[in-house]
Amino acid sequence: MKAGLQELLEDIQRVENLETFQSATERLRDLLGLSHVVYHWVNSVGERFGAGTYSSEWVDRYLEKDYLRMDPVIFGCFQRFTPVNWKQLDWSSKAAKAFLHDALAHGVGNQGYSIPIRGPNGQFALFTINDTSSDEAWETLIAETERDLVIIAHEFNKRALALDAREESAPAPTLSPRETAAVTHIAKGLSRAQAAAEMGISEHTLRVYIEAARHKLGALNTTHAVARALSNGLIIV
Amino acid sequence: MLRYIYGQDLRHFPRLRDTMFRDRAEQFKNRLGWEVQVNEKGEERDEYDDMNPLYVIWQKPDGTHGGSMRFLPTTGDTMVNDHFLFLTDGVRIESPFIWECTRFCLAPGADRRVTAALTLGAGEIMEEFGLKHFVGVFDPRMERIYSLMGLNPDVLGRSGEGRGAVGVGLWEMHEDVFVPTLERAGVDRETSKCWFRMAFDEGYTQQERAIA
Repeated sequence: MKAGLQELLEDIQRVENLETFQSATERLRDLLGLSHVVYHWVNSVGERFGAGTYSSEWVDRYLEKDYLRMDPVIFGCFQRFTPVNWKQLDWSSKAAKAFLHDALAHGVGNQGYSIPIRGPNGQFALFTINDTSSDEAWETLIAETERDLVIIAHEFNKRALALDAREESAPAPTLSPRETAAVTHIAKGLSRAQAAAEMGISEHTLRVYIEAARHKLGALNTTHAVARALSNGLIIV
Repeated sequence: MLRYIYGQDLRHFPRLRDTMFRDRAEQFKNRLGWEVQVNEKGEERDEYDDMNPLYVIWQKPDGTHGGSMRFLPTTGDTMVNDHFLFLTDGVRIESPFIWECTRFCLAPGADRRVTAALTLGAGEIMEEFGLKHFVGVFDPRMERIYSLMGLNPDVLGRSGEGRGAVGVGLWEMHEDVFVPTLERAGVDRETSKCWFRMAFDEGYTQQERAIA
């Protein structure tokens, strides 16, 4: 699965228009064997855009009923930055129960996990996975995939931000001199302690530089970040 | 008790909110002499308070503020990336797994227990949300506090001297720091987790209410 996720991350970075986000959500859904994957974004001037695997009937129904005004997922996530399992949200009101019932009737699964994303200048997005399963199975899935999901969610958002800024082709990530040095040492096979000593910084600082580089490169982990930096010509070993 | 409250929800806790912003004025302007803005109500607020940050607040039994800190994800706007890049060798510290922690404040007369409780809150956030690091703007006093709490703060860069010195620093909370922190705070882990769930789990909160 990791290989599939790495490939997906790299493809997200090559998405050239908002519509092709759609196929990325479908691929992730199939990769994880879920019912649905949805990415919903609001830019700094309040424009909305969504990509996802919900049926068009459900999307139309949602708009027609104006569910945005009472959807507990939106209420629990809007302008926040901490992920939520839908079970943690407040579904106690009559309206919320009716909404859930309607959603289930339109092919939405009973379990959800939503990751709110905060970008610069008040930009906001919401990334959701959804499935039909037991509470236990869902909690296990979240525990196993949450880190990868957060990375993927932010990669969707980074790409959407770049497209919103009218950057047609993916902007090649650049690393600062410190990040370049850190990733280069790791690529050469130095341990983190050795790399830190080499750079005259603490291991903790080194890990932060590597994490910042990983995020910039849209990589799943350090090994993937090194591979991405090499293939982008950002480091030479 | 420890409360985890988003900025937009502070309105549900007016007494806690007002005493927190007043204590911040007392600490940052009066005691530390930082160049911060204090409004006509005697409250210290900055633009990051308007960005719906997550506050971790120690609430005293009378409902007032005992101590607090403020968290923002580094993928959005942060003080460190907006104003202190010259202290990080130009590295924008940005990742969903690194949050900025600023405005660590103690109410006048707050003891070590409050510091320990806030540390605990930061640790719970780190564990529950899978974070790797916190980054923040430190003064020498904060460095001492973090060191005392066993958090091994790591200062990337400093500017200024004496009382006005500030630095950008990193810290994290390892699993082995929880036990001594819980002891210092006089709190057990179960209580700490319960406070966390009360803040982030609506279903759990309703259950608690039903039992009460």
